[in-house]
Amino acid sequence: MLRFVVRRLLLLVPILVGVSILVFFWTRALPGGPAAALLGERATPEAVAAIEHQYGLDEPIYVQYGKYVKQLATLNFGNSTVSRQQVTTEFRQRFPATVELALAAGLFALVFGIPLGFLAAKHYQGPLDHASLVLSLVGISTPIFFLALILKYVFAVKLGWLPSVGRISVLIDVPHPTNFYVLDAILAGSWTAFVDVGKHLVLPAIALGSIPLAIIARITRASVLDVQNEDYVRTARAKGLAPRAVDFRHVLRNAMLPISTIVGLQVGLLLSGAVLTETVFAFPGIGSWLVDAIKARNYPVIQGGVLFVAIIVVFVNLVVDLSYGVLNPRIRLAR
Amino acid sequence: MRGKLLRFALPLVALLALIAAGCGGGDNESVGGTAGSETSEGGGGGTLVFAGAADPVALDGALVSDGESLRVIDQIFETLVDLKPGTTDVVPGLAESWDTSADGKTWTFHLRQGVKFQDGTDFNADAVCFNFDRWYNFSGSFQNPSASYYWQVVFGGFKTYNPDSGAPKDSLYQSCDAPDPTTAVITLTKPSASFLAGLVLSPFSIASPTALQKYKADDGAVDADGVFHPTGTFATEHPTGTGPFMFKSWTRGDKLELVRNPNYWGATSDNPSEYNGKGATLDSLIFRPISDNAARLQALQTGEIDGYDLVEPQDVPTIQQNSDLQILDRPAFNVAYVGFNISIPPLDNPKVRQAIAYGLDRQGVVDSFYAGRGEVAKEFMPPSLFGYADDVPTYDYDPDKAKQLLQEAGLTLPVKIDFWYPTDVSRPYMPDPKRNFEAFAASLNKSGFKVVPHSAPWTPDYLGKSDQGQLQVYLLGWTGDFGDPDNFVGTFFRSPQLQWGTTKNNQMDGVQKLLEQARTETDEAKRTELYQEANRQIMTILPGVPYAHSKPALAFKANVTGYVPSPTTSESFATVSVG
Repeated sequence: MLRFVVRRLLLLVPILVGVSILVFFWTRALPGGPAAALLGERATPEAVAAIEHQYGLDEPIYVQYGKYVKQLATLNFGNSTVSRQQVTTEFRQRFPATVELALAAGLFALVFGIPLGFLAAKHYQGPLDHASLVLSLVGISTPIFFLALILKYVFAVKLGWLPSVGRISVLIDVPHPTNFYVLDAILAGSWTAFVDVGKHLVLPAIALGSIPLAIIARITRASVLDVQNEDYVRTARAKGLAPRAVDFRHVLRNAMLPISTIVGLQVGLLLSGAVLTETVFAFPGIGSWLVDAIKARNYPVIQGGVLFVAIIVVFVNLVVDLSYGVLNPRIRLAR
Repeated sequence: MRGKLLRFALPLVALLALIAAGCGGGDNESVGGTAGSETSEGGGGGTLVFAGAADPVALDGALVSDGESLRVIDQIFETLVDLKPGTTDVVPGLAESWDTSADGKTWTFHLRQGVKFQDGTDFNADAVCFNFDRWYNFSGSFQNPSASYYWQVVFGGFKTYNPDSGAPKDSLYQSCDAPDPTTAVITLTKPSASFLAGLVLSPFSIASPTALQKYKADDGAVDADGVFHPTGTFATEHPTGTGPFMFKSWTRGDKLELVRNPNYWGATSDNPSEYNGKGATLDSLIFRPISDNAARLQALQTGEIDGYDLVEPQDVPTIQQNSDLQILDRPAFNVAYVGFNISIPPLDNPKVRQAIAYGLDRQGVVDSFYAGRGEVAKEFMPPSLFGYADDVPTYDYDPDKAKQLLQEAGLTLPVKIDFWYPTDVSRPYMPDPKRNFEAFAASLNKSGFKVVPHSAPWTPDYLGKSDQGQLQVYLLGWTGDFGDPDNFVGTFFRSPQLQWGTTKNNQMDGVQKLLEQARTETDEAKRTELYQEANRQIMTILPGVPYAHSKPALAFKANVTGYVPSPTTSESFATVSVG
């Protein structure tokens, strides 16, 4: 077990080297540069040269990369060219928002996706099954930004039930010791803040969770259909176990394994979807941070941000792999 | 086994709780409501929430040049001289009046008395000189144009010259003296009249010397890349000026809150006719960053914000149709132009340049590509600026006249011209360069020309090529920094430039002399006349053809009053109220 974890962690090194090379050269292949983004039409050759010199962009690209790697080795991700703050400082401020949003979206997908898939399987080829298929297809094929705009238009602009931007109403003041606003609201003991933060999460979580929901529903359906014809399920039924107990203890539990793999893969999807969702909802997380950075050709932030995201995706998948052991003792024993 | 199931079920329960919490409680909570009057405390002025496109970079005017920072700095700080709201006319600010020496080099500012900084310290001549000396003594990466851009525009260089910084060598600034607490004397190295208009810029805000030192505005570390990384908290937590609003808090990505300055000098002034008359009406002013255009509009529709800047032209009709909302026009302060290099034949011939001017369907371009936010430019500066002349030669689209002029010039039709446009760029004055170019090329081809299209990425290629004078005919433009004609026609034509071919061609020499004379003339009326004459000559000689000014739009809720859009975007929220 330990060896497995260590091996997977060591695998991080080539992945991160690969990602850092890709991102480093890709950002520099974008037209323009930080100087042009900062100066607009005032980007005289002298001013551009001065700024490029300041950021070392006038050196050969391999020298720049070497410097960057050397800097990374000391866990220094550099400073944002826009705010002049350290990339790590900005990441710490932004990351909790994305985690909160991804958790809310992931849980939304699970809570609605698993029952939807389960019901579809139980009513195989029935109207409920067909309805769930249509819903899933719509969920998968609707672009996030479009769904987000529609949700906002209906629930925020027209009905006025939910807010359309941000993480918390500007008129609510609670301290943010953790930057996880749900947690901050609880720590501050403010029910108003807690409700407000929850409301701000609803629409972005639905927009972001729609695709994972659809995928989870389809996988659950297929998996449940597989499992419910197994011998042990028939045995359980035959021995007179209550149908509900059969469903939960035998069918769903065994159908869970492929679902958990999918959930792990969804984390990458949630993080990439966060780029669009956060921008549309002005949600100050990693996604909107990266979009702003790309617009401003803010090289250190783009590089650092993408590296952080890569690390997270690798870690979450590791955790998912480890969780197989919990769900399926056979895998645990095999190792 | 049951325990494990439970472990899995727990997060689900948590989410359900969250959703329940999110959906419930709707009765007693108004969704993101910011209706000012309901939330007011104290002075009864309420709260206004305004959305910008991004967070400010920092709240130290001397070190920023981005609009989002300057917008906030404008509320906390004040400058020696100010602009009459909605115009580019210079009026008293922290200085009640000023005199100029006969040689135009010594400027004596008579300061307002009884003004205090927000930290309770006195505003006086020493504080003024402290600030000017701070800026002049900037060294290292503070000399980089990304930090001290506006100092370099108005004053040029610094005390110590660093060739790597990109800053000019010579400085307009010489010294600042404080003979008594209410008199600040600024001495320049050469005469300048545009200097006064430059001083209205927020980067020349007077900050509390005590706060600058206490919160270490100039402290920081230079990292391995040579990038300066500030460690002080002046610009992020303790910006301290004399303005109508004071800093309260800032959570990046979320909100920046200012509150009314109860000790604002304007609020206690016993002379109501003075500029600005009173302090802020609002109790609280909140800025929040919303980068997505559609999100800003929707937030205004839901009432989560009370106003926003940078309204997309296509959203203007939607807002105008909504009786709860209003659109405010900001006067145009930019110009898009078709530039010529007048040293490349046949453009050295004035008749050919006139032919191009007649061959450009400027009205068509402005009507088609500016979404109703543009107007055809007649001069190289916006009409709101003094020195704009009403009687310059005009060139309405006339293909026949263009052909006739080309024949008079002795050329065989069609005349080949190399016409350049930039890619990968959209500027306020030129939202879609390619389509502008295509329309112009079509109208020129009907007017006896054969347009050879060329394009290059905006930077570094396009700007580099135009700066080096490699482009014969090209699209370009400019957004003004401050309300002085020298910032428009002076920037373009006061000195010979490769871009216009004026280094090799002497047709613009007369204009250069006029503009130099106008720059140093301290008599306002005479300056105006000089610039008007320069504009008439420019539009006769035609080193290029200005074609569009665009008017940015702001959107507010209908109950917001007192916001006066300024051509230079330096708008005060002190006069704003929510009703």
